[in-house]
Amino acid sequence: MSLVLDAVGLKRGDEVIIADASLDLQPGTMNVLLGPTLSGKTTLMRLMAGLDRPTSGRIVEDGRDVTGLGVKARSVAMVYQQFVNYPTLSVYDNIASPLRVQGLAKAEIEARVARAAKLMRLEPMLKRTPAQLSGGQQQRTALARALVKQAKLVLLDEPLANLDYKLREELREELPRIFAETGAILVYATTEPGEALLLRGRTATLHEGRITQVGPTAAVYRDPANRDAARVFSDPPLNELAVTVAGGTATLADGRGFPAEGPLAGLPDGACTLGFRADAARVATQGGGLGDGLPPSGPSFPGAVSVTEISGSESFVHVVTDAGLGTVVCLVEGVHAFEPGDRVAVELDLGAAFAFGPDGRRIAARGGRAVATGPGLRQPVPA
Amino acid sequence: MDTRAFANRAWLFVVPVMIVVLFSSLTPMMTVVNYSFQDTMGQNNFFWNGVGWFQNLLDPTTAVGQRFQGSLLRNLLFSAVVLAIEVPLGIAVSLCIPKSGWRVGAALVLIALPLLIPYNVVGVIWQLFSRTDIGLLGVGLTAAGVPFNVTQDAASAWFVIIVMDVWHWTSMLALLCYAGLKAIPDAYYQAARIDGANRWSVFRNIELPKLRKVLVIGMLLRFMGSFMIYTEPFTVTGGGPGEATSFLSIDLVKMALGQVDLGNAAAYSLVYNLITLTVCWVFFTYTTHADQKDAA
Repeated sequence: MSLVLDAVGLKRGDEVIIADASLDLQPGTMNVLLGPTLSGKTTLMRLMAGLDRPTSGRIVEDGRDVTGLGVKARSVAMVYQQFVNYPTLSVYDNIASPLRVQGLAKAEIEARVARAAKLMRLEPMLKRTPAQLSGGQQQRTALARALVKQAKLVLLDEPLANLDYKLREELREELPRIFAETGAILVYATTEPGEALLLRGRTATLHEGRITQVGPTAAVYRDPANRDAARVFSDPPLNELAVTVAGGTATLADGRGFPAEGPLAGLPDGACTLGFRADAARVATQGGGLGDGLPPSGPSFPGAVSVTEISGSESFVHVVTDAGLGTVVCLVEGVHAFEPGDRVAVELDLGAAFAFGPDGRRIAARGGRAVATGPGLRQPVPA
Repeated sequence: MDTRAFANRAWLFVVPVMIVVLFSSLTPMMTVVNYSFQDTMGQNNFFWNGVGWFQNLLDPTTAVGQRFQGSLLRNLLFSAVVLAIEVPLGIAVSLCIPKSGWRVGAALVLIALPLLIPYNVVGVIWQLFSRTDIGLLGVGLTAAGVPFNVTQDAASAWFVIIVMDVWHWTSMLALLCYAGLKAIPDAYYQAARIDGANRWSVFRNIELPKLRKVLVIGMLLRFMGSFMIYTEPFTVTGGGPGEATSFLSIDLVKMALGQVDLGNAAAYSLVYNLITLTVCWVFFTYTTHADQKDAA
């Protein structure tokens, strides 16, 4: 089954909840909805499921217009961030509940529940009630209930957000594989850019009820089409600097100029925003570079460290620039114990930065794909 | 410097509270306890009676024992009937309360109204309402040919008192259940819709289990309320006709203040008190135990 959203919109009064969302979802694919809380991910899923009726646009299933068709007439399964199970029913009865509603034969129900329980590793817990399970087991029960239904559209609304780290990693690996076997369209909502990249497939970035970009996940990451898409797909937050380009020179807000290279090369004169992720900014300590020792390829700004977030193999260093350009977050390989107040310089790799016009759109430099692969993308991600 | 000497005097801070408790509950309570173990011939002369009053009270062959047993059974029956009506009705009403818009406020205020009326006023309302000469209910039923007389017919008296209690207190259960229903995350209803579950199974498998805790509290409150009921039936029937609606409190007041049978009444009070305490304790241990089982 394929599902096509054709300029689907939802208004409540004068408030636009979803604006002209167009998506093409193919069977057996992983489709990620990436956006912050309240960006419209859940609402979009409710529209896909037929739980809400769009106020404009069409929803087409295999060429059949299903706009406004209720959820009961559709083949949908959904898993939520909260662990939603029937509290008094056993795990077995919980998993079997959608099949009982469908009126399947007892033997068939037993076989399908057993299979789903095996895949979700719930076999020893079948007789327990949800209150007697751990959070992870409760969510696996909810996932098994979605799996057993063999629905054609499976909506996973931040299903791993409330689980502990280890289990999240495990399930994130397994889920796409388990559901892909059913040939269902998988839609996965998440707020985390890292999760989207790990899930691969295709990603649609959302911002305030609007789809800002759709494409293969890695391509959207590499080539954000606009500032909103780049912001949503950056963790830590996208660094942004306002620059004015004039005659091959880019000028920062503090009046300092540098050659307009990378994405700024060949741009018409005018104001634009230079956006770059933490991995495009290096930290150099004064009196000896921390990076590769090469002279900086782009502009560099002196500043003082405010915070260092150490995530294990790498550290994010927040640097308050002296020139009043705001805080820039830089990625440094390895664990580095910077102290707040340490004097450093931020070296910007222009080649891995993006230029956005005043309207927020990416300004294509040198025509077409500006940054195919760059130092900003340290690990190749299959598209 | 050793500061322990000062720290030991911290108990002095508790003294004011102990004095208040002494006067507010311990002293009056001890008066009752004194009466329950002693007898008097007046002139403030007391002599020891041991557990005599209690033996008398708990022996159904004695007159007092018979009275106590009758009132206890009557009261338990009343509580059972009232709970059996109010709990399902309260759930049903709560399910009908609108979920959003101005209707929520309107419905909640209307439903809460009976709770805001003083007990004796509720009694007066229903006493007048059920009179066969001027009361709408009494006149209406009599005109319809239904034999109805609260002062002479025990069934009529019970009917009015039960309807009155349902009218007065179903609101509380409805409001409690409404709060419980509001606390159920929308995701549960959505999941049930996606499963294709019908209204009954949504109620049976989602709403009712999620209401369990508020229902336990509601049932405890209503049991206690109906088990200790006094004002409303006293205003409507005065415990009659005969002894038909003499519940424990009404009977106790008759014994203590009407007949000044202080020894029996004191034993009566203590046993009555003990029964309510025991029920509270059972409810409390049951709910905390159930919560622990849930958490495990």
